[in-house]
Amino acid sequence: MSNATSLNAAAGEPLKFHQETEHHPENGTLLGFWLYLMSDCLIFACLFAVYGVLGRSYAGGPTGAEVFELPLVALNTSLLLLSSITYGFAMLEMQRKRVNGTLVWLAITGLLGAGFIGIELYEFGHLIAEGNGPQRSAFLSSFFTLVGTHGLHVSCGIIWLITLMVQVKRKGLIAANKRRLWCLSMFWHFLDVVWIGVFSFVYLMGVLP
Amino acid sequence: MSDHPDLTKLIFGRLSWDAIPLHEPILLATFAAVVVGGLALLAVITRYRLWGYLWHEWFTSIDHKKIGIMYMVLGLVMLLRGFADAIMMRLQQAISFGDNLGYLPPHHYDQVFTAHGVIMIFFVAMPIVTGLMNYVVPLQIGARDVAFPFLNNFSFWMTTAGAVLVMASLFVGEFARTGWLAYPPLSGILASPDVGVDYYIWSLQIAGVGTLLSGVNLLVTIIKMRAPGMKLMQMPVFTWTALCTNVLIIAAFPVLTAVLALLSLDRYLGTHMFTNELGGNAMMYVNLIWIWGHPEVYILILPMFGVFSEVVSTFAGKRLFGYTSMVYATIVITVLSYLVWLHHFFTMGSGASVNSFFGITTMIISIPTGAKIFNWLFTMYRGRIRFELPMMWVVAFMVTFVIGGMTGVLLAVPPADFSLHNSLFLIAHFHNVIIGGVLFGAFAAINFWFPKAFGFRLDPFWGKCSFWLWVVGFYFAFMPLYVLGLMGVTRRISHFEDPSLQIWFQIAAFGAVLIALGIGAMLIQFVVSFLRRDKLRDVTGDPWGGRTLEWSTSSPPPAYNFAFTPVVHDGDAWWQMKQLGWKRPLSGFIDIHMPKNTGAGIILAGISTVLGFAMIWQMWLIAAVAFAALLAVAIGHTFNYNREYYIQAADVARVEAARTEQLASHV
Repeated sequence: MSNATSLNAAAGEPLKFHQETEHHPENGTLLGFWLYLMSDCLIFACLFAVYGVLGRSYAGGPTGAEVFELPLVALNTSLLLLSSITYGFAMLEMQRKRVNGTLVWLAITGLLGAGFIGIELYEFGHLIAEGNGPQRSAFLSSFFTLVGTHGLHVSCGIIWLITLMVQVKRKGLIAANKRRLWCLSMFWHFLDVVWIGVFSFVYLMGVLP
Repeated sequence: MSDHPDLTKLIFGRLSWDAIPLHEPILLATFAAVVVGGLALLAVITRYRLWGYLWHEWFTSIDHKKIGIMYMVLGLVMLLRGFADAIMMRLQQAISFGDNLGYLPPHHYDQVFTAHGVIMIFFVAMPIVTGLMNYVVPLQIGARDVAFPFLNNFSFWMTTAGAVLVMASLFVGEFARTGWLAYPPLSGILASPDVGVDYYIWSLQIAGVGTLLSGVNLLVTIIKMRAPGMKLMQMPVFTWTALCTNVLIIAAFPVLTAVLALLSLDRYLGTHMFTNELGGNAMMYVNLIWIWGHPEVYILILPMFGVFSEVVSTFAGKRLFGYTSMVYATIVITVLSYLVWLHHFFTMGSGASVNSFFGITTMIISIPTGAKIFNWLFTMYRGRIRFELPMMWVVAFMVTFVIGGMTGVLLAVPPADFSLHNSLFLIAHFHNVIIGGVLFGAFAAINFWFPKAFGFRLDPFWGKCSFWLWVVGFYFAFMPLYVLGLMGVTRRISHFEDPSLQIWFQIAAFGAVLIALGIGAMLIQFVVSFLRRDKLRDVTGDPWGGRTLEWSTSSPPPAYNFAFTPVVHDGDAWWQMKQLGWKRPLSGFIDIHMPKNTGAGIILAGISTVLGFAMIWQMWLIAAVAFAALLAVAIGHTFNYNREYYIQAADVARVEAARTEQLASHV
């Protein structure tokens, strides 16, 4: 647009100050959602910083090395990473305009996410049952908060995913639904990236002496 | 007791009749006044059958102009509440010496200063800033609305929901007694077991959702929806400052959300983030909240810098001096605002190196700010200045803000800060910059853009009364606090023993009375202007000889803002159009694509208010139901795909023809 008008100006024609046809600005949803994700990322940044400050304040309670069960966390991590790949497959199916393929991969993604949440809840329940709940020490407070916030996000993601499956089923892969799938895709991969941080920073470094 | 104590507890939580402050005559009288006033308002609305109008034309509107106006109304209403708190404090401190204990007991006084700070920042300054950006930015960039019109409506109502909760605390229970940032361990469950801090947390969290979403919304609007041809360096300065402010909102408010959530966990679940036991670290709270808090003051002031730039160049009749340096100064302030948070607590004892770093970064901020002041002065230099109300406010701002800025640089020196920390010198400093900067800016903006929004100018006589009362009142109210601060008086004190201090507090109270008259004059100004609206009518759409696109459309603008999307070739787009003799198109109108109104925003915010109230009083059953309802309505809203409609070309033609007629009859 600006090119066309400046060409006009160069050619000595009078400047045009309005456009006779309807102007369609670019859709900003993806940018807006990305900005929201970055703000969410800052929430996680705060929680990571808090864990960084409090992560060794055991207050006479257990240390990370004593309570973390790495094999379980490894399983959990693989479920979540795998769910990112399956979400990618759903998006590929979406690009090929196949409703059923999209839905199947979304369902698999949701199940993997649910598995992740299930294992996390088991881990939390186990810790609390042993008296190592979030009230035990600042270390456990910050651990439960960081990991729990991530889990809460994944849970929201699953609710959103189910909603979106219903909507895709009803309306098909219309532009609005595609845009929503892109947003959820960003959300889901973002949670994966955050989890890689949690896994390395909390669990792997936590078991170091 | 009830037969089902558990169920009663689940439904009513901590709430009982004791929560109603029947034993506090001041609150009771206020409550009675609010009830009478509120009922009268409801009666008037019902009498004139305005409910349908309000609901369809305002509450559910996604028109950025109407939402902007509603934000401004919210901000001005809350200004009255915040100022009531202020004058109560000034009165208490003016009389509470020696044997006289004043009329406010300490636990009430503590709530008053906390509520004053919270309301003035979150529910006065923020709504006014957001309202201005909402109203002006889309018009300045030649857009029809913001990027996410529904979210805009939702954001407004979430902000209002927060304000409603703060107001509710006045009559049901109590507000926090912690100061406006609620530092732990004082705000922890051991020192503040009652509902005050919970009111604080939930009102800010709910309003924070609105603020963050509105930040995302406006940033995307500025990036994606500018009129064809408008490059970044051709945006009006107000739009530039709005862009930087929204970047700051997106980057700062999540920190507030996180830190308040952590405080809630400490209070509700008994975790140990900020407690004094089992490894908690209260200073971490102070650090985190100021990592939000310092950018927050720039969120408030940057848009006002934009306002001053627009007003100065309009009323000097000149292109803004140093546009590029103005933009870069804004960006530099945006970045630096993240590197200074520790200057709020030099006394924490971080050591000389850390304190020096933050002291120096703080002083550096005065450089880009000073550059701005010089740009405004050079714009005025050799301009043909018209001292209309907006320009008067700008001059008052420049004088006042420079004083506040200089005391700020004094406070930025760590050794000086050790003796001035938490003193009335600090109080005087930040009121000097917030009133002298943000509030004066808001008044400049209101007088400047009011004719655009309503189609008639504000009455200059009462405006000038308000101006002089405010400005003189400000100096009377806050200069004595500098003196008292230097004498060592600390903040948040409700009773004094040393009688030699009293005269200064009395002068300050006199200043507060002048400001009260200034507010009164402003309210009269609105009423008088409305009554004299035919005389003050602006038919041109360009009452001040403006320079930017908002003045190219009618006052008030039609729902679609511009019949045809403008094409921009210059920073002062409308000025250039006028210079080159642009003719308003009179035919060839097309259908215009617009978003539809929706009630989802106000409903979601209403449920959020209930949720917040239930969480404050630990009514777990109601909280669970409200949460489920919130989820259900939010998901239900996403099933509505039919969110847009077309304004038919014939309707556009009719509106534009009416404007043509109006312009012709007033040449």
